[in-house]
Amino acid sequence: MQLIYEKSVQGRRAITLDPLDVPDASLPRELCREKAAELPEVAEIDVIRHFTNLSRRNFGVDSHFYPLGSCTMKYNPKIAEAVAALPGFGQLHPQLSSSEAYWPLCQGAFELLYETEKWLAEIAGMKQTCLQPIAGAHGELAGTLLIAAYHRERGHAHKDTILIPDSAHGTNPASAAIAGFKVVEVPSHEDGTMRLDSVKAAMTENIAGLMMTCPNTHGLFEPVVAEIAEYLHQHDALLYYDGANLNAIIGKARPGDLGFDVMHYNLHKTFATPHGMGGPGSGPVGVGERLEKFLPGPRVVKRGETFALEMPEKSIGRLSQFFGNFGMAVRAYAYMRHLGKDGLREVGENAVLNANYIFARLKDAYTPAFDLPFMHECIFTAAPEAKKGVRALDIAKALLDYGYHAPTVYFPLTVKESIMIEPTETESRETLDAFCDAMLEIAKKIETDPDSFHDAPTTTPVGRLDEVRAARQLNCACL
Amino acid sequence: MSWAPATPAERDAMLAVIGVKTMDDLFAAVPQHLRAKSWNLPAGISEMAVRDEMTKLAARNASSLTSFVGGGAYDHYIPAAVDALTSRSEFYTAYTPYQPECAQGTLQSIYEYQSAICRLTNMEFANASLYDGGTAVFEATTMSVRLTGRSKIVLHDSLSPIYRQMLVTHTAHLELDLVDGDDPTDAACVIVQNPSFLGTVADYTALADRCHAAGALLVVSFYPISLGMVKSPGEMGADICIAEGQSLGVPLAFGGPWLGVMATRKDHVRKMPGRIAAETADAQGRRGFVLTLQAREQHIRREKAMSNICSNEALCALRAMIYMALLGKEGLRDVARHCHAKAEYLKSIITFATILNNGPTFNEFAIRLSKNAEVVVAGMAARGFLAGIPLAPLGAGAETDLLIAVTERRTRADLDAFAKALEEVSCS
Repeated sequence: MQLIYEKSVQGRRAITLDPLDVPDASLPRELCREKAAELPEVAEIDVIRHFTNLSRRNFGVDSHFYPLGSCTMKYNPKIAEAVAALPGFGQLHPQLSSSEAYWPLCQGAFELLYETEKWLAEIAGMKQTCLQPIAGAHGELAGTLLIAAYHRERGHAHKDTILIPDSAHGTNPASAAIAGFKVVEVPSHEDGTMRLDSVKAAMTENIAGLMMTCPNTHGLFEPVVAEIAEYLHQHDALLYYDGANLNAIIGKARPGDLGFDVMHYNLHKTFATPHGMGGPGSGPVGVGERLEKFLPGPRVVKRGETFALEMPEKSIGRLSQFFGNFGMAVRAYAYMRHLGKDGLREVGENAVLNANYIFARLKDAYTPAFDLPFMHECIFTAAPEAKKGVRALDIAKALLDYGYHAPTVYFPLTVKESIMIEPTETESRETLDAFCDAMLEIAKKIETDPDSFHDAPTTTPVGRLDEVRAARQLNCACL
Repeated sequence: MSWAPATPAERDAMLAVIGVKTMDDLFAAVPQHLRAKSWNLPAGISEMAVRDEMTKLAARNASSLTSFVGGGAYDHYIPAAVDALTSRSEFYTAYTPYQPECAQGTLQSIYEYQSAICRLTNMEFANASLYDGGTAVFEATTMSVRLTGRSKIVLHDSLSPIYRQMLVTHTAHLELDLVDGDDPTDAACVIVQNPSFLGTVADYTALADRCHAAGALLVVSFYPISLGMVKSPGEMGADICIAEGQSLGVPLAFGGPWLGVMATRKDHVRKMPGRIAAETADAQGRRGFVLTLQAREQHIRREKAMSNICSNEALCALRAMIYMALLGKEGLRDVARHCHAKAEYLKSIITFATILNNGPTFNEFAIRLSKNAEVVVAGMAARGFLAGIPLAPLGAGAETDLLIAVTERRTRADLDAFAKALEEVSCS
């Protein structure tokens, strides 16, 4: 498709302003740019048609089943979009929070933040939460900074290392490193879970904490998570919960009850805020008692019937300019408010039901990566298929031709030729059946016609793209 | 209340296929003693009740007053087409474009956005977005450390006090030396903001030269709309430029989601954080786009990655791209001209207060009133104006100091009424 720049016609305009109603003014010449920026010159219809047509070259949750493991691509409720766009939320200037004189003018927003933080805390068994982190990885950074603050206050600056399972998301080690920690990887047991012995083997006096995902990225609940928590606490180390898979246990188990000291939530996963092609997300951080006084600030507190801002006693400071991705908090609050205590509990149940249903239908045709019961996602290894010349990537591309977004492939790194399927609770049985039928047909075709896979996909706007050429030519902008 | 389609009968049928009896059997891996100890939440309410409740909450916020509040985020007009297009679910319900064949809409729009940012800043490479303008300062800092191997970071007094606080928080344990001033000696970078937090516009070309002579980088945090008029970071010789992209068609939304903008020189692109889209082709020679240089990123490089960033603000970058396309070359120049001229006019009629800026300003300026600024803004709110940001609470001025921003949305009548009210409230 043509670029918008290639559609540019000199002198064409979309948006124009009324005539200037004050005297014109200009800056001294040396402060001005030499030439106007070469933005496209197009009419409004050009813009509308260009981006409408671009949108039609995308798969979204509203148009396609999107069983992308670890990403929780659930349906994004429209009421959440509607309330986030209310002028009182969407057009509210956050600098109003910087002067007490304006606080009476943003009480509704303060209340929304306060309530959302309270709901999130109860859902995960945390003492307090803070919505400042802008994305999941930012929440991880917040959490690891809080762990550092905790140890430093106790005079234990030597606790400079974080343990991270080999199955963890790449953001875990990256966040810990950016917070200033050394990272030591802990191997998973071959059954896909973390064993206490492995944690013990890695323990030294320098260990500040361990970051875990539970269920882990193998889709398995960690059977000895409580024992690991107890052992870490005996060694003055803290346990971090990566909330990426909270959707599996919501309403059934709470990280706080399991012994986790600090965690992040992904509002764009568990709480149904849209993924927006990769963002915006929101990654609130939650803490137990040990870390409460270090939370980022300023934060909303309730004084009688009025909401105000306060800095926690030993706050690590400001992680975002104001309150994180407030618009995402509005959506998540609408989501929680509609579902309530019973609806939220059913989220986890239906998510696990759907994943196990897919697993039951596919387990004879594909090789399960683990023998333990899966929770909200199931993982297969395409290693046997790869020997026949059809790799996980080929299966992924074939699925695109069936009209499905591909599952996550090649993650977690611990599983060879990994295919990770997470259907979420918002898919119907018919959709799951149709997807499973496609997967079964693919399995048959791998036996009969393995060569046919290399051309897939053929129904998408483009076929497989040359990534080597992209990196070599490095054409990243039309200049 | 639920968004899950499964009926009780369907659930039973599915459980039978799985080979278990009850829903709870699916959670056998979670021992009973580890089950939730509390679940003290209100019952769900209908969509209709959610809308009513949240409409009431929203109504308790001031969104309809005539605003002169800026300080890094601005009340610019957002054309209707921006919302119309970004409300398309093919955009907003899609994920990161890891399967490029079914994400060409995303990838091409990122490529076009990267191109627009490069054209706006006169830089060579832009990424697909960072979280916001404040975290962009942090990312530019760590990028400068990687590029130079140095640990001294020089913060110019033009930098926002909020960005400064965020940088201190983010770098708490990175053993960096954050110093104030503009001396690039032994520094990884000098970070300036243009216009400054108080609105003053400057030319940092000479500082760029000094930085380069000292082996340091110049990082410029810019205000995108100002580049409709102001000399660009690229023209000044900046090595990395960053911005809060909110002004490019992104709603204020009480602070987010916004948009972190970053662009750099060709030599530095491999040390830049964040996703980058690149043009390529398929086997039939059809043009297509993919994510490239992914070995910089956390999902490949883990603790050695350039950044921990994963989710970014792609949908806000799309908003920015659509906004820039709708305004076009002339439109952006017009918006900048209107903002500047209206701010200059307001300055000219505020004769009862002292202008604090020590140089030309774009659309924002600081004044010293004869009264406490927080008292004044409270009085102005009662008259229907958000009069600006009192600077003392931000540690950016005296108790009588106020930061005022003007956008293209304010009319001459607004400005006249505002100046009159401000004089009455602050001089009475």
